Amino acid sequence: MNPLLATVRRDVLLALRRKSEVLTAVFFFVIVTSLFPLGIGPEPVLLKKIAPGILWVAALLATLLGLPRLFAADHLDGTLEQMALSPSPLGLLVAGKILAHWLLCGLPLVLLAPVLGLQFDLDASALGILTLALLLGTPLLSLIGAIGAALTLGVRGGGVLLALLVLPLYIPALIFGAGAVEAHIAGLDVGGHLSLLAAMLVLAAFFAPWATTAALRVALE
Amino acid sequence: MGNHGGLEGGIGVKQSIIHWFKYASPQSFYPLAGRMIPWFWAAAAVFGIAGLWISFFVAPTDAQQGEGYRIIFVHVPASWMSMFIYLVMAFWAGLGLALNTRVSGMMAQALAPTGALMAALSLWTGAFWGKPMWGTWWVWDARLTSELILFFLYLGFMALQAAIDDPRRADKAGAILALVGVVNIPIIYFSVKWWNTLHQGSTINLNKAPSMAQTMLWGMLLMALGFWMYSIAVALTRVRAIILERERHTEWVKHALE
Amino acid sequence: MLKVSGLACSRGERRLFSDVDFSLGTGEWLHVQGANGAGKTSLMRLLVGLSPADAGEIRWRGETAPSTEFRRDLIYLGHHAAVKEDLTPLENLRLATALDGVTLNERSALAALMRLGLRGRENLPVRVLSAGQKRRVLLARLLTRPAVLWVLDEAFNALDVGAVKLLGELIAEHLGNGGMAVLTSHQPLPVPGGKALVL
Repeated sequence: MNPLLATVRRDVLLALRRKSEVLTAVFFFVIVTSLFPLGIGPEPVLLKKIAPGILWVAALLATLLGLPRLFAADHLDGTLEQMALSPSPLGLLVAGKILAHWLLCGLPLVLLAPVLGLQFDLDASALGILTLALLLGTPLLSLIGAIGAALTLGVRGGGVLLALLVLPLYIPALIFGAGAVEAHIAGLDVGGHLSLLAAMLVLAAFFAPWATTAALRVALE
Repeated sequence: MGNHGGLEGGIGVKQSIIHWFKYASPQSFYPLAGRMIPWFWAAAAVFGIAGLWISFFVAPTDAQQGEGYRIIFVHVPASWMSMFIYLVMAFWAGLGLALNTRVSGMMAQALAPTGALMAALSLWTGAFWGKPMWGTWWVWDARLTSELILFFLYLGFMALQAAIDDPRRADKAGAILALVGVVNIPIIYFSVKWWNTLHQGSTINLNKAPSMAQTMLWGMLLMALGFWMYSIAVALTRVRAIILERERHTEWVKHALE
Repeated sequence: MLKVSGLACSRGERRLFSDVDFSLGTGEWLHVQGANGAGKTSLMRLLVGLSPADAGEIRWRGETAPSTEFRRDLIYLGHHAAVKEDLTPLENLRLATALDGVTLNERSALAALMRLGLRGRENLPVRVLSAGQKRRVLLARLLTRPAVLWVLDEAFNALDVGAVKLLGELIAEHLGNGGMAVLTSHQPLPVPGGKALVL
């Protein structure tokens, strides 16, 4: 079997044995988005206007929630060490782990977002754009997040530090992701936003596993 | 101990390369930095005084903004330096990763606080400028927002280095982060600018003061040179402290401190 | 085949060892000895390429290690359990080999687990097994992935008398087939011959 797919299979299997970790992030996403109307008030016009921003910020934070565990468990029990010594390139295995992280954390958010968008009175086409933008954006969040997770591996106060490192780097994804939905609601063309998101995704898919691998090797020394 | 850390491989190449690599070892860089520091302080003072003189006494009062505009003589150079220092920091970090030279990592570590200071100074003076001009301390202007994010990147770099005990691992992890940051800064800047033009409202631009006079440009340039020299002087002072701390167990440091 | 020369390592300010030289040919093994904190584990990690050496070099088949070739020929088992508690021994074994790019059919995996005395445990989650049994799950990898060089750090820890004897046999077989091994241990090892390196 291809080592990348084997890693994906392994991580998905592990997550299914311990479902609570996956469900926590999803539940977090749901509850955070539901808190905003309670804090701001139920006015539909205002809620519709801020919906893209809220959903995207919540998706960012929900992704962040699972990141400290991305490599930590494998680091603790020594399987990460075995991966680093495997004849398969570590970058390939790392890419598999990032893909698994997206499948387990990003994809559920993408699937849930349209349902949560209904709470904010978004119409069908806006929900479609929201889903599409998240589909392009959440893998980007997993890719960038993996670099932060590798850099803070085994470091004191890793979780908070991870947020400090990763959140500024998430800003472009947030701007173009939420911007796409806002532009659509305002009746503007969203092609530019989505293609820029896609371009950033390609760039990150190329560089992030490489940077993550370098950071992991440093952490294992 | 205290040798040319990982550079033995470079021996046997051309004489001039060895000559330069000599300063990549903390032991030979320490006295070199010590000799350079007074010169950079002097240059910082000369440029700083000349810049302040132009900005306070020579540059004319702005017709629309009165005397308050003079804060841009600090604000603009500080913004320039904050961006420039990040680039220099990433350069040293990348060099350290590529060549495994210890002083490179120390340089990156020494530059970060100065870069953060410049970013903070830029934000602070931006707020001071904004209050009389726009009646508010903060505007989500593209440049100010990018500067804020740059400030966060500096804080992240310093926090990561501080959290890792082993200095060699801290250097390498910091270097990877700095390089990731350097790839991201243009993307962040571009996206914030795009975001800013899309959301109408604050279209006032801090740095495009109307009809920037020649003398104002000179003032800013001199101030920027002053800041530049100050940054080098401070970074070299800090790198000397880092060298002493990390090499405290070696013979030459014990000898140097006697 | 394996040639190590002038290896040096320091942790923080302390020099653990320097000028470590040895070489191993087919069928030979090295017993690394030393007191606690002498740097046995550090030497193992340097040898397999997990951490960089301060000085010296490691050559494998004439090439500078670590290379992909070297990793293909290497199995390293360290202090860590290196098994997933939530998976069964069978899943652990098959997934670990799959990550290495080798497909392992269920029959061979089961045979390896049988040999290590895990009959009837192959479908239980690893977390319900004892420390010694977890160690056996890891040791099963020695049988499922063909490798020339075994680097085993304190592999005899947590094993009962039967398992110690079994591991000794496995190593002897491996050496007999032209393999090589580097082992650390405090106690004398049930493997005949061998060079010794005292740190």
